Amino acid sequence: MAIVRALRVPLRLRPRFSSLSSIAGSISTLVIGEHEGGAVKAPTLSAVEAAKYLGEGNSVSVLLAGTGSSLQDAAEHAASCHPSISQVIVADSDHFVHHLAEPWARLVQLVQQREGYSHIVTVSNSFGKNVLPRAAALLDVSPITDVVSISGPNQFVRPIYAGNALSTVRYTGNSPCLLSVRSTSFPEPTVAADFRAEKAPISQDSIRKSRYVKLTSQETERPDLGNAKVVVTGGRALKSAENFKMIEKLAEKLGAAVGATRAAVDAGFVPNDLQVGQTGKIVAPELYLAFGVSGAIQHVAGMRDSKVIVAVNKDSDAPIFKVADYGLVGDLFEVIPELLEKLPEK
Amino acid sequence: MKIMVAVKRVIDYAVKIRVKADKSGVETQNVKMSMNPFCEIALEEALRIKEAGLASEVVAVTMGPKQSIDTLRTGLAMGADRGIHVEATGDLFPLAVAKLFKALVEIEKPGLIILGKQAIDNDCNQTGQMVAGLLGWPQGTFASKVVLDKEKQEVMVDREVDGGLETVCLNLPAVITTDLRLNQPRYATLPNIMKAKSKPVKKYTPEELNVATKSDLEVVEVTEPPKRKAGVLVSSVDELIDKLKNEAHVI
Repeated sequence: MAIVRALRVPLRLRPRFSSLSSIAGSISTLVIGEHEGGAVKAPTLSAVEAAKYLGEGNSVSVLLAGTGSSLQDAAEHAASCHPSISQVIVADSDHFVHHLAEPWARLVQLVQQREGYSHIVTVSNSFGKNVLPRAAALLDVSPITDVVSISGPNQFVRPIYAGNALSTVRYTGNSPCLLSVRSTSFPEPTVAADFRAEKAPISQDSIRKSRYVKLTSQETERPDLGNAKVVVTGGRALKSAENFKMIEKLAEKLGAAVGATRAAVDAGFVPNDLQVGQTGKIVAPELYLAFGVSGAIQHVAGMRDSKVIVAVNKDSDAPIFKVADYGLVGDLFEVIPELLEKLPEK
Repeated sequence: MKIMVAVKRVIDYAVKIRVKADKSGVETQNVKMSMNPFCEIALEEALRIKEAGLASEVVAVTMGPKQSIDTLRTGLAMGADRGIHVEATGDLFPLAVAKLFKALVEIEKPGLIILGKQAIDNDCNQTGQMVAGLLGWPQGTFASKVVLDKEKQEVMVDREVDGGLETVCLNLPAVITTDLRLNQPRYATLPNIMKAKSKPVKKYTPEELNVATKSDLEVVEVTEPPKRKAGVLVSSVDELIDKLKNEAHVI
């Protein structure tokens, strides 16, 4: 049986925003949040930031689930990490330790049925992609996923065809409007906030049809690919996992994250979570350096919003040069050592 | 056990798409169409499960206009036993597709449903999750490995997630969506293409399945993304470093 515990924190009664509704009815948003090590994760703040664009007077509640003291700490952190957050809802149960989609979608449905938000927002990372559509089906609404621009409470822009076209979509259904946003399109700020804690309803019909077994991941000191300021990516031209270490050395020199093309991951040079592309990670760093990357449509989809793109490739006809700001036709096995030698110390 | 596999007809992945001048959509006339690559992977996985003796039948399902039958025939040529074509004109959004799927599941009663994780045209990555939600079945999305245990009526799925590879264990019946590295799909051989012509295809309309396809979503316009300023070629590492430092100010 699930246990529900309310947080013991003082209630602040002054609402952050005016309670008078604006435009077509009042807007209220539930952000499906993630936390780790007692703090709200950065992607959640992108979702909160995105919620601002839905309309004036939008009161944002953050839903956190998990168990134990790290959940409590995360809820307190959520309370003070963004000015738009006026409420934190906490679901404390074993069901949520591993963030499976089935209990999460059911939780979202229950919270929505109780609170009646106009919008439910998450970020389109692997958690959001897994949970949001299932929750939408339970609520019988169409979700709008991977949104890059919000122009009001029910009009959104999302990329299609690997980002080679943009689709402007209008939601014409009833509340709630469910959307997931690209964190690269809504970078998070950092400030303080008011806060009210609420406990969430936990379904008694525990969903036990799926269970978590394990997570296999690589330990790394490199910054997170999703929000690094600099990314160094290698393609299949690196030829081996051993050679890929050159990419890592360059990344270390630049304080960058390491990325890879599908071909490099398929060939086993690096694990899957480094893949940048249409179906991998979408990144938008200040500087993206691509070594031995041909520039296939599907890879470009994942990095085309980078501020500055540098490409190094032996083949002057490689499509990557069409999207690069600076291109160097050359052998990466010569260029990378030269860069390592000549780049200024960080 | 029966496996149902969703297959979608999309613009071929290698085609450079063009946005229509009137912004109503992407040009599809006289453009090469193919089975969505993730759907090929889904079908391949179903066929392998059947070939391992763990399933009795693979049913390929497609939804869309008349021409979708081509994709279904490709699926039959790859080795699916039967096809189902839900014929519908106009935009079919994932919620409608999921509801149509649910209606078919009530007729066919499969033990496993496999879909591609996303279609490369609208890149939604929603349908599998929605089918699972409507059916109340567990979901294993972005699968890079699937291992069925017939006796325990369970399936272990390795999922490609942001942090690496997550393994989950699902009770059957379940919904799985496929990621790129799950398998390498087979080509349809000529004898199989010939055989496919006589495999049965059942047609339905959304009305026959009692599903309303009117959507709560409307496409307002389709536009090109902002163009990047043209880049320059540099001739040396020195020049590159200089430009990055003094022109772009990123190092």
